[in-house]
Amino acid sequence: MKYKGKLFRASKEATGDLNAKVGKIPQQLKSLFVLFLVLISLFFLLRHFFTPDTFGKYGHYRAAAIDSIMSQPLRYAGAQLCMECHDDIYALKIESYHRDVSCEGCHGPAIAHTEDPSEFVPPAPRERGYCPLCHEYNPSRPTGFPQIDLTSHNPPKPCIDCHDPHDPKPPHTPEQCSACHAEIYRTKAVSHHAPLLCTRCHEAPEAHKDQPRMHLPSKPTSRTFCGECHAMEADSPKDIPRIMMSDHGIGYVCWQCHYPHYPEVR
Amino acid sequence: MKKDKKELTRREFLKKCAVSAPAVLLLAEAESIFAKNSPELSDHKEAHYFGMGIQIDKCIGCGRCVNACKLENSVPDEPFYFRTWVERYVVQVDNEVIVESPHGGGEGFPSNISEKGIARTFFVPKLCNHCANPPCVQVCPVGATFSTQDGVVLVDEDYCIGCRYCIQACPYGARYLNPFTKTADKCTFCYHRIKKGSNPACVEVCPTKARIFGEISLRSSPLTRFFRFNKVQVLKPYLNTEPRVYYANLDGEVR
Ligand code: HEC
Ligand code: HEC
Ligand code: HEC
Ligand code: HEC
Ligand code: HEC
Ligand code: HEC
Ligand code: HEC
Ligand code: HEC
Repeated sequence: MKYKGKLFRASKEATGDLNAKVGKIPQQLKSLFVLFLVLISLFFLLRHFFTPDTFGKYGHYRAAAIDSIMSQPLRYAGAQLCMECHDDIYALKIESYHRDVSCEGCHGPAIAHTEDPSEFVPPAPRERGYCPLCHEYNPSRPTGFPQIDLTSHNPPKPCIDCHDPHDPKPPHTPEQCSACHAEIYRTKAVSHHAPLLCTRCHEAPEAHKDQPRMHLPSKPTSRTFCGECHAMEADSPKDIPRIMMSDHGIGYVCWQCHYPHYPEVR
Repeated sequence: MKKDKKELTRREFLKKCAVSAPAVLLLAEAESIFAKNSPELSDHKEAHYFGMGIQIDKCIGCGRCVNACKLENSVPDEPFYFRTWVERYVVQVDNEVIVESPHGGGEGFPSNISEKGIARTFFVPKLCNHCANPPCVQVCPVGATFSTQDGVVLVDEDYCIGCRYCIQACPYGARYLNPFTKTADKCTFCYHRIKKGSNPACVEVCPTKARIFGEISLRSSPLTRFFRFNKVQVLKPYLNTEPRVYYANLDGEVR
């Protein structure tokens, strides 16, 4: 009964005087409550002061950082800008082998020059050492890219004595396939096929040397082509190794097993 | 009476606390709202989504990109800091693979490579992959490295604390600690250039168009042509980082 009475009183108080209800919360909890409130406010205050202004505008980062990164000055102007004043050179280059080689790839970053041509004039790489960055023979370069052997290609003259850097047409069209297929040429040169000319196996139109991708040479298409020299009954020099065309590597073309530019047998 | 008064002050105190705490919060928030609006921020909401394509079989290893990147972005000159670099792979007939990148390829590559039989050899330009799921952003403890809405991963130089977590976390080795600013640094796709409509410096100087830059999902973008004509691959696809740098004719040996 006593218990019931107490309960009843509590509910009455709850609906009635709030203060009285608060008074019912134990003393130690009230002190803790205060402490928590203070700590939480402190947290928000500190967070407010330590979070940069624009943090969280777009995501979990300082939005202002984007602006400071974007404000970085440009150094490379881009070929379009050079055209405005050097339209003659631009027109020459855009039709040449160097059409995709950017002006500033050779002359260095030049935005300062475009703003005031008298203040800063970009240097020109006139020395022999520069062009080989792109043109010295290197087996890792893709086949068809024009490469030279630096030690034998007209030393020690600077390249620009004979080639206009803005229209680098060779003084005469390169005769040798090795000009652009140096790796294949060198590989073949130390193989059993060294004595064979490229043109024995590839019919290369003259225009291939001018516009290589527009006029591609032919490639052997059948087993009988190799058989012209290697078949048992072939009418070719006696020292050429022979195979039985009818049972040697049946079902494949020869170059699926033998690299034609370096034909190894094992 | 005395007791009453004491109770009253406590109550008073509690009331004051209860009122003042939210007030402080409100004030703080209000102030921060004002503060957020005050600096002049440009609108970054235009719908860009940038990416890069790299055609391995066009790269001639001239290193002009490495050079241009360093000049454009003031990357330290010492031979071991790069935002972009070029590696040479030599796969030998016995399947041994040699990878090298002297000076990041910025001064070209020596042509005398090993005498053993070469099965194939090629160059691979590398840079930050600007992943859609960037591990480096996840590990940054202060929110100093982040993905922008146009898909570029950037570093907030003023906010970075130089803890190097992101350098460890990057599976592509694309980050380094800038010895002068003592903050993490890496490729930004030349953010300052692309937002003004220019190409990144490396793309600008590439003599064979081995690097292609543009919007990923725009129909009229150089990248769309790149996707149409090439079978593309990304580096380390099993990590689910979803790189935004796509490679055409990538060799399986490339890591
Ligand atoms: C505002 C017009 C203007 C623009 C744009 C411009 N130039 Fe020039 N440029 C000039 C003038 C004028 C000169 C001659 C300066 C002199 O000889 O003092 C010059 C000279 C040069 C030279 C000569 C160097 C030498 O050794 O003789 C080079 C190289 C050059 N410019 C490259 C560039 C490149 C690269 C660009 C594009 C990034 C460019 N220019 C854009 C006006 C321009
Ligand atoms: C393959 C590297 C290369 C490229 C690409 C290149 N240049 Fe040059 N440029 C040179 C060299 C080398 C010289 C020095 C020529 C000389 O002294 O005969 C030069 C000279 C110049 C000169 C001064 C001499 C002259 O012929 O009037 C100007 C101006 C110039 N370049 C502008 C340009 C512009 C503009 C472009 C882009 C459209 C460009 N260059 C692209 C290598 C290059
Ligand atoms: C940044 C790289 C680069 C530099 C530097 C460079 N070239 Fe070139 N060069 C090229 C490219 C790319 C081609 C076009 C190749 C193609 O058509 O496949 C080319 C083509 C040529 C050709 C035409 C070869 C042919 O018959 O097909 C010549 C000659 C040439 N360059 C000479 C020079 C000279 C001289 C210099 C130095 C002034 C030079 N190059 C500097 C990239 C470069
Ligand atoms: C004495 C003049 C001369 C000089 C100097 C010269 N070349 Fe050539 N170059 C030629 C001629 C002639 C050709 C035509 C093909 C041939 O005969 O090999 C040629 C062809 C080329 C080709 C086309 C590929 C080939 O082998 O035929 C390239 C690339 C080339 N030169 C780059 C250079 C570079 C780079 C330099 C500087 C290191 C340079 N040349 C210096 C005369 C010269
Ligand atoms: C001016 C540089 C140049 C010269 C000189 C040159 N080529 Fe090429 N050649 C190329 C290029 C570029 C390609 C295309 C490579 C590619 O698409 O990967 C090519 C491709 C080829 C192909 C492959 C065709 C195909 O369908 O895949 C053959 C075969 C070939 N050349 C043979 C020759 C022969 C033989 C010679 C000498 C008579 C020669 N080339 C001279 C630049 C040249
Ligand atoms: C014994 C005949 C033979 C000779 C000699 C020969 N080739 Fe070939 N070449 C072939 C065959 C066969 C193929 C097709 C290979 C294949 O598809 O696997 C080919 C393919 C090519 C290709 C395109 C594929 C590749 O490997 O890049 C080029 C380029 C090429 N040859 C250039 C040359 C050049 C340059 C020479 C001279 C230095 C030469 N070839 C000499 C038979 C020959
Ligand atoms: C013009 C004649 C000729 C043609 C066509 C020809 N070869 Fe040969 N082949 C030779 C000669 C010459 C040798 C070298 C013989 C020697 O070493 O004394 C040779 C050697 C070989 C060898 C043996 C190498 C060794 O280690 O003994 C193979 C394999 C071979 N050729 C494959 C081919 C294939 C495949 C083709 C077709 C793409 C082909 N050849 C086309 C002339 C030819
Ligand atoms: C299935 C792979 C395969 C194919 C396809 C193939 N070869 Fe061979 N070839 C070999 C092997 C393996 C050897 C070395 C072992 C042997 O002598 O049978 C060899 C050896 C040779 C030899 C050297 C024989 C000797 O006595 O030294 C010649 C020449 C040759 N092949 C030419 C050809 C020609 C021509 C064709 C196309 C008609 C061809 N091969 C197709 C695998 C092949």
